[in-house]
Amino acid sequence: MSVQKWYKPYLLGALAGLLLTASVGIAGQFLGTSTTFPRAATWIIDMVGINLEHLEFYQVHGGSLTGAAFPDWQLLFVIGIGVGAFLAARLSGTFKLESLPPMWVERFGDRLGLRIVHSMVGGVLVMVGARMAGGCPSGHGISGVSQLGVSSMLALSMFFVGGIITARLLYQGGKS
Amino acid sequence: MTLIMGLVTGMIFGALLQQAQVLRFEKQVGAMRLIDMTIVKFMLSAIIVGSIGIHLLADLGMVSFAPRGLSFGLQVVGGLLFGIGWAFLGYCPGTSIGALAEGRYHVIWPILGMLLGGVVFVFLYPWIQAHLRPLGDFGALSVSNLLGVSHWLVIAAIAVGAFFLFRFFEKKGL
Repeated sequence: MSVQKWYKPYLLGALAGLLLTASVGIAGQFLGTSTTFPRAATWIIDMVGINLEHLEFYQVHGGSLTGAAFPDWQLLFVIGIGVGAFLAARLSGTFKLESLPPMWVERFGDRLGLRIVHSMVGGVLVMVGARMAGGCPSGHGISGVSQLGVSSMLALSMFFVGGIITARLLYQGGKS
Repeated sequence: MTLIMGLVTGMIFGALLQQAQVLRFEKQVGAMRLIDMTIVKFMLSAIIVGSIGIHLLADLGMVSFAPRGLSFGLQVVGGLLFGIGWAFLGYCPGTSIGALAEGRYHVIWPILGMLLGGVVFVFLYPWIQAHLRPLGDFGALSVSNLLGVSHWLVIAAIAVGAFFLFRFFEKKGL
């Protein structure tokens, strides 16, 4: 794999900023992804026949926080991320099958069970945290900070404060 | 039409994320370990261009928007929980889908974890609204309104701050 040109993250990030502008101007949509996860989760729960509709969450905004909102702009946006990333990876020859993240294995060893535990603990914290804060690094980070929202700058700062402290605890002693 | 635009916007965003390498575990955890600032470069560049773009549209009267509501309870507690989980996962919600698409299929576990988190959130929702939201709840508030200055001054300040941060990253090879 060739070494990444230094300007690439800046240039591609700037293009993402143009994309945000175009999306807001044309479709009236800010980029964001995390709301789709509780929607998908409730959609799956409905599919397997569990009825949770008595819960308050299902009544908020006419049920628009649940799978009842599918298909919507954001669901297609999330699917699009997958399609676009797949095409870009294949065309650039950077598609790579990986069973565990190498940096994680270097620290914790080749242990699938432990990775699953990390993923469940981390996944619950990430999604509860994102929906509680009102967004993730795309919704709060890129879209919200672009709107100069105090809430988004606070949330983005907290993402990194929590992340940096936890990464330090998890990876201390690991090779840097 | 809305759906097609969502798909196309997502495809472009996914391709940009992939080419910038920000979909990678190493880049996400690398930023949190303060050894590789790729995702910060990407995000801040997007924020600078995006903030100029959408405020230009707003000044031209083409769009109007209000920032997401500010609640110290929600953003401090939620933000910290997100950050802690993010360090465990090495992925955030958007990048997880993209990482799966570029072959890193171990991300299926974080994706399942986040779906589980979606269910947990459904049950916690009433408690969060009743007890966390009221803590320091200020509604939609932008930095320019808070300080009583032009949004262009705030954007200029962010751009200047980012420039020095970028220069520091490049000097240190981060």
